[in-house]
Amino acid sequence: MSKAPNALEVRNVTRIFPTPEGTEVRALDDVSLDIIEGSFTVLLGPSGCGKTTLLRCIAGLESPDHGEIFLRGVRIDEQPVWQRRVNTVFQSYALFPHMTVEENIAFGLQMDKVDKATIKAKVSETLSMVHLDGLEKRRPAQLSGGQQQRVALARALAKQPDVLLLDEPLSALDLKLRRGMQLELKRLQRETNITFVLVTHDQEEAMAMGDTVAVFDSGRIAQIGEPRDVYVAPATRFVADFIGEANVLACDPEGRNIEGLGAVPPEWIVNTSTAAKYAAVRPEAMRFTKDDTGAGTITDVTFIGGDVNVTVDLGGQPLRARVAQLNEIPFRIGERVSVSCEPGSIRLLES
Amino acid sequence: MGNARDRVGRGNAWATMPGLLYLSLLVLAPLLVIVVYSFLSRAKLGVGVKWEFSTQAYADLFFSESLSGVRGFDPTYLQIILNSFWFALVTLIVTLVLAVPIALWIATRPPRWRTLLIFLVTIPFWTSLLIRTYAFLIILNDNGPINSTLVGSGFIDQALPLLYTPFATVMGLVYAFLPFMILPIYASAERFDFRLAEAAYDLGAAKITVLRRIVLPSIRPGIIAGALLVFIPALGSFLAPELLGGGKTTMIANVIASQFGASRNWPFGAALSVMLLVITLLVLLFLAHLARRTNKSGLESNMEALI
Repeated sequence: MSKAPNALEVRNVTRIFPTPEGTEVRALDDVSLDIIEGSFTVLLGPSGCGKTTLLRCIAGLESPDHGEIFLRGVRIDEQPVWQRRVNTVFQSYALFPHMTVEENIAFGLQMDKVDKATIKAKVSETLSMVHLDGLEKRRPAQLSGGQQQRVALARALAKQPDVLLLDEPLSALDLKLRRGMQLELKRLQRETNITFVLVTHDQEEAMAMGDTVAVFDSGRIAQIGEPRDVYVAPATRFVADFIGEANVLACDPEGRNIEGLGAVPPEWIVNTSTAAKYAAVRPEAMRFTKDDTGAGTITDVTFIGGDVNVTVDLGGQPLRARVAQLNEIPFRIGERVSVSCEPGSIRLLES
Repeated sequence: MGNARDRVGRGNAWATMPGLLYLSLLVLAPLLVIVVYSFLSRAKLGVGVKWEFSTQAYADLFFSESLSGVRGFDPTYLQIILNSFWFALVTLIVTLVLAVPIALWIATRPPRWRTLLIFLVTIPFWTSLLIRTYAFLIILNDNGPINSTLVGSGFIDQALPLLYTPFATVMGLVYAFLPFMILPIYASAERFDFRLAEAAYDLGAAKITVLRRIVLPSIRPGIIAGALLVFIPALGSFLAPELLGGGKTTMIANVIASQFGASRNWPFGAALSVMLLVITLLVLLFLAHLARRTNKSGLESNMEALI
């Protein structure tokens, strides 16, 4: 089987914004990225990391200062917005308030000079795809937030773009609705087989939805890969911290001596390095045993449903741990414990 | 809803009394005087009225007596009304075309600049319109800056007859009313969510289409308000046609003024005023109808959202 072609290629894109103080911010700093045809790619990062700027550069609402963007092999970064075969679902939905649902969805098709009968058919087809049949004549203000979101989705999908861009589309929805829409978006992506590029700051959302996750850190891509790989093998301290929870501890270049844990058995460490700066270990990989002569002191215990979050002070270094409530001895604040890690749970990081 | 009257934040109806009193005394009462006068007879010497019921003034609007004593249809005043209408309409269109780009441009500046620019728009209000209209006398004069520049640079041999022309009148009117068009349109444009324009571009619309289908419908309330504020005063404007039109481009307000002054026919002046008032009300009703159509959708959806 040959490698799937790239729907989108981002080459060395840099975008610089001036700040009110007269300095410059590199919202995107030499970013390169390939997005495979028919994939669901998530751009993940905290606010201000450049993920939305990249999305806007692809859409054409922002132009890169350097670099090139190719859509199905054709360079698009110099094309005006309205000529690019990409469409965006905006965070604010940006539905036209003076138009009905039907007119909103038809708008993009009218721009393509599609004939009326086709538009009508296409509008009802996309509306039923997002389960909004019968709401054609409503105006955006007469819809709930979730419904508006679906209209925004239908409006962008109706144009059958080469790539669909989604800018934090679920951030305005409440948690329950958001979970539902995540599944819905995945279904829509499978059914339409359109390449989806979604921007989010919610790492759980990224994990749940993406085939590929690109983690952004101050204008650069810190790591890109399948969600599981990014979680299990974070490349940098930032990624380890941002994706899920991690105890990030300073260590010597070979990882023989780790802050708080001290000299650990080599089998705890999963990788080798000669230039390690940090050692990361997930809270769920931490183990304790009650030990009156142990080095750790429990400083906090929080029940979160099925699990318990425990904070241990290990020679001045706080460590977070998660234990399954039923299987472990219930720990109390102030108790002394000895601390260990599961084999192969510590990962050495070079930056 | 229950006891809506006692809800916090609702005004006391009595607080409206001073305003209502002021309005009824100083607006309604003079209007009533005008209407009454229009149905009375001309006084002997022309000043004031004779208290004798007559519809002569209204008949004079459309008919006149020729030298031979035959009464016939005379379109002179109808023509003046049409003329006024035409001037007001041209003023409306020119101010609209000028104001929309200005208002949109200001609305897209950073907030700090917007305040300053809007302040600049209001600068003309610092001086009386009379003085500003006189200034146009100097500008448009045969020896004024426009003509002396054009002649001096050799573009033309003779001074252009700018002053005392319909052009001068329209220019004065546009100048006087432009801020009244910019301000309400800006108020609408400032509230416009420019992300909607981005969404339209994203869906494949080019600039003109975005303006026509997204921006203009969204600022329609401002355009209607601006149209009201420009058209109605322009229809009854007096200064520009008097000073800049040189009495050659007569508008209805000038005729009314002359009836109370030189022509000394108060009932006829009153009848002309009533006619102007009726026309103004009709225009107002029409614009209100347009505005209601704009708001309806928004209003309805708000109502439904409440339910």
